[in-house]
Amino acid sequence: MKTVNIMIVGVGGQGSLLASKLLGHLLVKEGYDVKVSEVHGMSQRGGSVVTYVRFGDKVYSPLVSEGEADYIISFEKLEAARHLPMLKIGGQIIVNTQQIDPMPVITGAAEYPQDVLDEIKAKGVKVDAVDALSLAIEAGSVKAVNIVLIGRLSNYFDFDKQLWLQAIEETVAPKFAQMNKKAFLLGRGEK
Amino acid sequence: MKKLLIGNAALARGLYEAGVKVVSSYPGTPSTEITEFAAKYDEIYCEWAPNEKVATEVAFGASLGGARSACAMKHVGLNVAADPLFTLSYTGVRGGMVICVADDPAMHSSQNEQDSRHYAISAKVPMLEPADSSEAYSFAKAAFDISEKFDTPVMIRTCTRIAHCQSIVDIGERAERDLIPYEKQPAKYIMMPGYAKKKHPIVEERTKALTEFAENCEFNKVFFAENSDMGIVTSGTCYQYVKEVFGDSISVFKIGMINPMPIQALKDFANKVKRLIVVEELDPVIETHLRNIGLKPEGKSLFSNIGEFSQADIKKVLLDKSEENINTDTAIPNRPPVMCPGCPHRGIYYVLAKMKLTVLGDIGCYTLGATPPLNALDSTLCMGASVSGIHGFNKARGEDSQKNTVCVIGDSTFMHSGMTGLVNIAYNASNSVVIILDNSITGMTGHQQNPTTGYNIKGDPAAKVNLEELCHSLGINRVRVVDPYDLASCESAVKEELAADEPSVIISRRPCMLLKYVKAKPALKVDADKCRSCKSCMRLGCPAISIKDGKAVIDATQCAGCAVCKQLCKFDAIKEGV
Repeated sequence: MKTVNIMIVGVGGQGSLLASKLLGHLLVKEGYDVKVSEVHGMSQRGGSVVTYVRFGDKVYSPLVSEGEADYIISFEKLEAARHLPMLKIGGQIIVNTQQIDPMPVITGAAEYPQDVLDEIKAKGVKVDAVDALSLAIEAGSVKAVNIVLIGRLSNYFDFDKQLWLQAIEETVAPKFAQMNKKAFLLGRGEK
Repeated sequence: MKKLLIGNAALARGLYEAGVKVVSSYPGTPSTEITEFAAKYDEIYCEWAPNEKVATEVAFGASLGGARSACAMKHVGLNVAADPLFTLSYTGVRGGMVICVADDPAMHSSQNEQDSRHYAISAKVPMLEPADSSEAYSFAKAAFDISEKFDTPVMIRTCTRIAHCQSIVDIGERAERDLIPYEKQPAKYIMMPGYAKKKHPIVEERTKALTEFAENCEFNKVFFAENSDMGIVTSGTCYQYVKEVFGDSISVFKIGMINPMPIQALKDFANKVKRLIVVEELDPVIETHLRNIGLKPEGKSLFSNIGEFSQADIKKVLLDKSEENINTDTAIPNRPPVMCPGCPHRGIYYVLAKMKLTVLGDIGCYTLGATPPLNALDSTLCMGASVSGIHGFNKARGEDSQKNTVCVIGDSTFMHSGMTGLVNIAYNASNSVVIILDNSITGMTGHQQNPTTGYNIKGDPAAKVNLEELCHSLGINRVRVVDPYDLASCESAVKEELAADEPSVIISRRPCMLLKYVKAKPALKVDADKCRSCKSCMRLGCPAISIKDGKAVIDATQCAGCAVCKQLCKFDAIKEGV
């Protein structure tokens, strides 16, 4: 099979590391070769963060380059736009409609482009927009945005729902398992 | 058993299985997790040392004591550890010893992108360079055999894309090892001129033997493609990019032992390909070796020596191809890292910026005080340089600068290499004001304990350095503590100490907001009727505060309730939450 490239992008502190951990866990169990690239350190402090997940028969590079991403999961609207050049032609964006102002916007040095998702759609890009923050709150925690979006992503793969739920159980702390499973199902569009 | 591990966890597993007994390190991105994962194994004694020099010397001591030992650091940490490294090359080891160093091409979280391979060559120490987690694991194990066989410390060099990338590792079991009996060997371990002169030729002979070993060693892998048009010599993460682009269609010489490199094996490879190309990030280390042995490779004439590569760079340079993509027409505002809501550094920085002081800075989360809107820093060089630097600055500029210059340094950085600078201030008498930003943790690298926190790497209670008493002992009479959430008292403290006729230390003390035991207070609220849109609160650069429809708004999901913004509002529009 051809290697599948997933990018998880967002704002430092939004929990993209857990999302990639969960994905990696599931993909290894399914027998794929997997590489996951994370960035720790300074950018985790509220900066723009990027995680790459690649899987297939044999994966060499841990990175995804411009025009290579099959899926971009964006935890924030502006970040989807920032990383649009990474998307493969015909690729899919899954985006949390939440707006988190970056510092240049807060200080007034720049403006937040409100209509940026419409602009992306107008270019013919497939955009699956979801209010993941509201669904996460419905599931029980604002911190579950990451799992809501994983739930959304699961719609695009053939893996059985039980495999995803099991992967959640095996990667999150036991006391948060139930809440995260609910977040996953809400993201997937199930109750 | 197959597991998906980041390179650092795989390396730690390799150390564990090799029977390592002692690991000492100072945290530094991207190397930190090596030691954190090693600390999860009860069979290994692990610690955070105050700095990389201490860590390396601890590992040396453990090796001298007959145990297998290791230390880990980031590339700039190796500068600090360079002193023991160069002479360790002469003494050699008793128990096997491994020095792990993680480079950061593209400076994801660093102040420079130096290439650690130069150190191995310069110190004449073998260096291995794994290309994924599986190799990080197996090379770590094998490194100890080389260390003991050739009587030398062995370096393992990774980079961000190895250290922080997960790939599959097939792990094994730990082989427990008995301590090698201690034996007094002055000629081997006392490096004074008489003994050291006898050791240097042995080091040179060792390099020859290692070069011989490199000709056929398990770490270097050669693949010949049917088509002999192009042959690439590469190593580490670059190997993965090359394979991603070319698969098995070209010949590849993958170097796993970067020092010393083989001679004949590389000549043989070069003879079988029409075009010889080196793909390596940063400096032309492999390329220089190939030239030294009489080959004529293309390398830095094609590829940059700045930043990190990806498969796209290889494709662009060697195939002149790139993937189609789409861009937005709208300009996308940058999203630089920021100090967190409730960060204790923000208050003191606000005061320093307001007073328009010259501020010599240091390495840590608090380097972010340099960014807008605070713009509070004037310099950041290396660990500890703020304290030594302010002394030089004041000596050069005299009384004028002493009244409007301070330096800031974190608690962990002060332990690392700020103390010696403070001794210099006291001893050589400059009227400098040193502000220790004590947030009770090593923050930027992800919350590691340090000698001021009262806990060790396992989270168990440990001796706690009393910063006030320490500064007194180092010769500073004026030492005071302020709460960075209290702007008025911070300002008066800074004013008083700048006016004083002797050096002083201000400890700005409040734990990092992200620490589990620190509880956020209820979010503050803006009374929109009272807000006059003066934007005073915006000068803090707090991510929780923004302006919506002309009025300040506080994001309740982000606000930590520190109430620093409340102190700036002249119209009493910001209310404490309930």
